[in-house]
Amino acid sequence: MGISRRKFLGWFGGLSATAATAASTAIAGGNHHFEGHPDTMGVLHDINRCIGCRKCEEACNTVNELPKPEKPFDDLSVLDQKRRTHADVYTVVNQFKIGNEKKHVHVKKQCNHCMEPACASACFVKAFKKMPNGSVVYDESVCVGCRYCMIACPFNIPAYEYDNAFSPKVTKCTLCYPRVQKGLLPGCVEACPKEALIYGNRKELIKIARERINKHPDQYIDHIYGEHEMGGTSWLYISGTPFSEIGMREDLGVTSAPELTSGPLSAVPIVVGLWPVLLTGIYAISKRKDKVAEEEKAEAVKAAENAADEEMKKQIAKIKQDAAKDKEAAIKREVKNALDEAAKEAEEKAKAAAELTETADAAPEKKEDE
Amino acid sequence: MMERPSRISIKPMITPINVVLGIILAIGCVLTVLRFTGGLSVVTNLDDNNPWGIWIGFDLLCGVALAAGGYTTSSACYIFGLKRYHSAVRPAILTAFLGYALVVLALHYDVGRPWRLPFPIFWQQGTTSLLFEVGLCVFLYLTVLFVEFTPAAFEWLGFPKLREKIVKLTILLTILGVVLSTLHQSSLGALYTIVPSKLHPLWYSGYLPVYFFISSMFAGLSMVLFEGSLAHKYMHDKMDETHLRESEGIVLGFGKAASFIMAGYVAIKVIGLSVDNNWHYLFTGYGAWFLLELIGFVALPAFVYAIGVREKNIRLIQRTAVWTVLGIILNRFNISLIAFNWHLPSAERYFPGWMEIAVSLFIVAIGIVIYRFVTTHMPILYEHPDYRSDH
Repeated sequence: MGISRRKFLGWFGGLSATAATAASTAIAGGNHHFEGHPDTMGVLHDINRCIGCRKCEEACNTVNELPKPEKPFDDLSVLDQKRRTHADVYTVVNQFKIGNEKKHVHVKKQCNHCMEPACASACFVKAFKKMPNGSVVYDESVCVGCRYCMIACPFNIPAYEYDNAFSPKVTKCTLCYPRVQKGLLPGCVEACPKEALIYGNRKELIKIARERINKHPDQYIDHIYGEHEMGGTSWLYISGTPFSEIGMREDLGVTSAPELTSGPLSAVPIVVGLWPVLLTGIYAISKRKDKVAEEEKAEAVKAAENAADEEMKKQIAKIKQDAAKDKEAAIKREVKNALDEAAKEAEEKAKAAAELTETADAAPEKKEDE
Repeated sequence: MMERPSRISIKPMITPINVVLGIILAIGCVLTVLRFTGGLSVVTNLDDNNPWGIWIGFDLLCGVALAAGGYTTSSACYIFGLKRYHSAVRPAILTAFLGYALVVLALHYDVGRPWRLPFPIFWQQGTTSLLFEVGLCVFLYLTVLFVEFTPAAFEWLGFPKLREKIVKLTILLTILGVVLSTLHQSSLGALYTIVPSKLHPLWYSGYLPVYFFISSMFAGLSMVLFEGSLAHKYMHDKMDETHLRESEGIVLGFGKAASFIMAGYVAIKVIGLSVDNNWHYLFTGYGAWFLLELIGFVALPAFVYAIGVREKNIRLIQRTAVWTVLGIILNRFNISLIAFNWHLPSAERYFPGWMEIAVSLFIVAIGIVIYRFVTTHMPILYEHPDYRSDH
């Protein structure tokens, strides 16, 4: 494809580039419009002229040095079955019966060489490349064999060597890139006896197609298949039968494959830029919350301790007070007891003294007598 | 220091599970030889119209989605500070690491020239490809998971200093893990944004990357729950008190989170349906299938998760986890196989051959064997006595 757009994933490979890179390339992904290589060549397939002789298939087989099929190319019974491209078949002609008429329409099928190929956009190792002359070529030497190109191709063209264990390849038409480089025509175009295939500058081919449609509006549908399908293809088709009736999907849309995936790809710098900042923030917040909670807990514990202390002090004071009171009371009681006792004693003494005096009163003479 | 009872089990070697595992591994070895000597056509039903089969649909898409427990659990614990989920982190990291390693192993079977798998990363970068984004992120994330896993191995091997250094990187690794997971989980869905003409409109959407990312979250959470219930059944003797004490809280918390995310997922699916105005497709056969997936395998389990959490019904939550995991597998199968190439006549559609299925089972069996080895020998389901209260 050779397009510089959306290369921003590249910087991610090192995980080291600056945000500035992402920003500038994201802009490139946004407003850069690829019109296609200016002198891209192509083939116009006039389906009305095709007679289903399979000469193009034979030529393709020969120039690409592919193994010969079981049934020879002049055996037209193979047209009874609908066929597609395979690992050793780069092109097929299919036959369609139209309506009640005994009319047979023949359509050649091969790689359409998209202006912005899905296969090239999908390949994660850049094995496919859109050449300036229109060919979409494949580099076997880097292919991993993931087959995402086959998933991505809207025309179901690339095929795979499933029975090759050691060096399986994806295969498809190259628009005879090696022959064209030598100044030769593509094999199929050269072999076509009815000029149902014309090789030329794509812009010129569109003009020719338009002219034919305008000149014979009764013979052609007013639509050049491939002018806009999937963003345009190097192969162009005109036909008198609606394309959907001859195995060509008309519901593919005009959006090229790279455009379909540009949205998800442009999310990459957003994720890479936003997540680390946001997540670090969340981490900081949750850590801070933990810390605050911890501090608050410590404070609460301290406050509780203090409150408990206070209470304790009060209680101690009260106990002390009570003790002091008790002591005082005890002392008082003791004193009182002592006083009482003393008083009692004194009383008793007084009593005894009185008794003594009485006896003494009675016996003084006795004493004096002595 | 506390005495720890031996955690090496003395269970008999020949149990039904081991016999089945052994048979699968033996068949897998034979098929491996066939695959690498005869090519893909010998063991698969793949053809030119159907280049991706269950090795992509199951091994890659489901494998990556179901290994999402690594980033969900570690970010919940380390970034969002939900420390009570700590005992779930190590098992989740281990399964994520094993999951991704097995995805990469499975890719070696699927791609034509596996020895060239490093090419897109080191040789020639196809930066326009979403598969490049997938490949690069999976490669980097596998590295991150490996590093995140090493502390357990270092504790087992007895390298406290190395372990110390890695543990200091925890936050950095976790954030890197979320970034990489966001990118490749979503871009697995975005792989299919290139084929509006091949994928049924009910499944094709510009929101495919969002669907894949959001669904990977509840896939990961449910897988942690599912593995947890299996581990409790078969690895109970390896768990310490912390693990057992925290496990109920983890089941309730993860069930609740999954329920919320699934409800959100259903909402954005409905938005996607409305944006593309695809309502009329709901009345076709594919529509019924789509509703079965969305209601029967997302909305309903989300509801049952919520009931399970409200009633604190651990068993119900664990069963819903299995249900949800099946829903994820159904979704990935729908996108990669069932709704893909829906316009082709049935004769040209793909159905996996038994050998493909056997290779997928072989990969899963390898995972189970390694998981058992690691949880038996390394401090995954319990904390190493020398490194307690270290986090």
